[in-house]
Amino acid sequence: MRVIKIDKKDWESGVGKLSGDYSLYGPVKQGAFHNFAPLEKGQMPDLDYVNTRMSPKSVVYPQCETMFEYTLDENQPDHHVNKEIPKDYSPRAILGIRPCDVKAIDLVNINFDNPEYQDPWWVQRRAALTTVALACNNPCSTCFCTSAGTGPFDDSSADVLLADMGDYYLAKVMTEKGEALVGKAGFDQDGSAEAGAIDDAAKAAEAKITSKIETDKLGDKVTTELYDADFWEDVAFACINCGTCTYLCPTCWCFDIQDEVQGTDGCRMRNWDTCMSALFTKHGTGHNPRPNKTARVRQRFMHKLKYYVDKYENGIACVGCGRCVQQCPVNIDIRRVCDLMNRFEPGKECA
Amino acid sequence: MSEYAEKIRGIAKKLLDDGTVDMVIGFRKGTMPLINEPCFVKDAAKVDALIWDSSCGVNLANYLPKRKEKIGVVAKGCDSRNIVTHIVENQITREQLYIIGVPCTGMVDRRKVRLAVGKEILSVSEADGKITVTGDGYEEVLDKQEMLQDNCAICVHRNPVISDEVIADPVEEQTDVDRYADVKAVEAMAPEARWNHFEQLLDGCIRCYACRNACPLCYCPTCFVDESQPQWVGKSVDKTDTRTFHFLRAYHCAGRCTDCGACERACPVGIPVRQFTKKLEKDCKELFDWEAGMSLDVRPPLDTYRPEDPDEFIK
Ligand code: SF4
Ligand code: SF4
Ligand code: SF4
Ligand code: SF4
Ligand code: SF4
Repeated sequence: MRVIKIDKKDWESGVGKLSGDYSLYGPVKQGAFHNFAPLEKGQMPDLDYVNTRMSPKSVVYPQCETMFEYTLDENQPDHHVNKEIPKDYSPRAILGIRPCDVKAIDLVNINFDNPEYQDPWWVQRRAALTTVALACNNPCSTCFCTSAGTGPFDDSSADVLLADMGDYYLAKVMTEKGEALVGKAGFDQDGSAEAGAIDDAAKAAEAKITSKIETDKLGDKVTTELYDADFWEDVAFACINCGTCTYLCPTCWCFDIQDEVQGTDGCRMRNWDTCMSALFTKHGTGHNPRPNKTARVRQRFMHKLKYYVDKYENGIACVGCGRCVQQCPVNIDIRRVCDLMNRFEPGKECA
Repeated sequence: MSEYAEKIRGIAKKLLDDGTVDMVIGFRKGTMPLINEPCFVKDAAKVDALIWDSSCGVNLANYLPKRKEKIGVVAKGCDSRNIVTHIVENQITREQLYIIGVPCTGMVDRRKVRLAVGKEILSVSEADGKITVTGDGYEEVLDKQEMLQDNCAICVHRNPVISDEVIADPVEEQTDVDRYADVKAVEAMAPEARWNHFEQLLDGCIRCYACRNACPLCYCPTCFVDESQPQWVGKSVDKTDTRTFHFLRAYHCAGRCTDCGACERACPVGIPVRQFTKKLEKDCKELFDWEAGMSLDVRPPLDTYRPEDPDEFIK
């Protein structure tokens, strides 16, 4: 790791130099909120934002992607053969991603790239990705990253971490990918003398985060007891199973595979799916092991806060970005549910 | 508004104590400003959780279909009309319900407030038609009327149309509103402009179906978009499939939509989906002089046949 200094007046020209080597993505204002989107040549990421409405996971894991195509025309020699679609794995960089969202990419990686399974599209896209994170000087009231295994200045996942110092950025260059990117941008002013300022800013930002969850006891709970806890009906009552929480979440990874055929031309695609939908678990027989919304809501929280915790011993499957808290149309708040789960004692009512 | 909450608690306690109902459905205080959480109370000792203010926008009729219990339900004007629709459509019986009517002065649109103050909101209070918003180092007072959800701003049925008990005197209904200004603007567009208007409107839809799930009308056991044998609609964010979803959903709501705004309020990306249902609502008003959910005794126009129907095609 080394620290460099980037004057804001040099930022635009530096970013401009990157566009030949990388497809750039960054936060842009779309109506009333920000989302990550591809940046046109010359377009700057709008870094004046707190959190995007959608998470940036779509840069590595698009909502819909075609994996194969095929023909059903039996006159064709290769009929009924799935042919992989060529994809773009040229270098891409996300500018201004938040530390929690980069952390989330590492977390999703556990699902898509592990000794048992390697998802080829995820693996190659992630390998092509360089992340330039922007530390949060002013976290918002629904950010609970510091108690969800990350933080406003977390540098553990990013290739570069930018800290906004007013007229300039101090940048921690964390990885070789990060070195390559700052090299191409021509950012090379030594900032090591001011490295302490980043730590001070980090402390100040962390102190502003008042929203916290407690997760220390989740691992010790007996799964079946937590599953049968008395509070699920109350927790789930308001839920409309809309899936907003999962579609917006940077750590939700579930997908559905669909074939679409027109005439004799077909393709096989993968789309984000959500455990909040009844169809998600419906069997071919018609049987549905999660037959009602209480079962589905329980699944979402048990997955993020218990099954994941037990399976990977890597903390919870939530980075505390607060998107689900802010956008759930009926105010189901993961912080409250996590608290109920962490405090749960079998036999004691706690809803 | 706290008198409202007191009243609701008192009624809920009485209903639970004397066994009139098994549960009361209302709102409890949200974990964030400007949004409260629908909840149920089954224990008379816990009625103090129930609250009321201008952030109780969620349509509670959505929680009724197919329930078996006897239920006390808190109902604003629009909720009450959706309850009527549920009863008429056999989703719940009148006898199961004790309707606690709440004369409504409109619900606040939390996203409008956020845009108006441009800063993070940490707390909100309301009194005398004003909303006081505070955050880090600021306090701002806003006119509630200007911060209403779009549908509430033009609502003409704020008083419950059906109830067993009303918690306050009726509020004055709005009369000087043009319910269909936005629809008329779209109707006046040339076809190409209209097409573009709807293309832009749907741009960004993530097919999460929050609009559908928030809507009390959408209670089908399997929605047409979820059917897989056969599958009617593709599941990606392909434009044709997204349009199909929205147009078909809107038609399923024709003559049933109360313009409660639940769909719009739920959309995570702020798509004004009422644009679709309102055109049909306007048509129903003009063609059949029909407004949904106003009476238990009249069948909706789209599920009745009258021999004297003037249209030839139906004979
Ligand atoms: S966003 Fe809220 S209502 Fe929608 S599925 Fe998630 S918890 Fe349920
Ligand atoms: S569960 Fe909610 S707070 Fe946690 S990462 Fe997902 S969207 Fe963010
Ligand atoms: S639509 Fe009418 S009754 Fe319903 S919340 Fe708005 S103002 Fe109240
Ligand atoms: S379509 Fe929208 S406005 Fe109409 S009843 Fe359903 S949720 Fe309410
Ligand atoms: S809620 Fe919004 S994003 Fe979701 S399906 Fe409806 S219009 Fe699309």
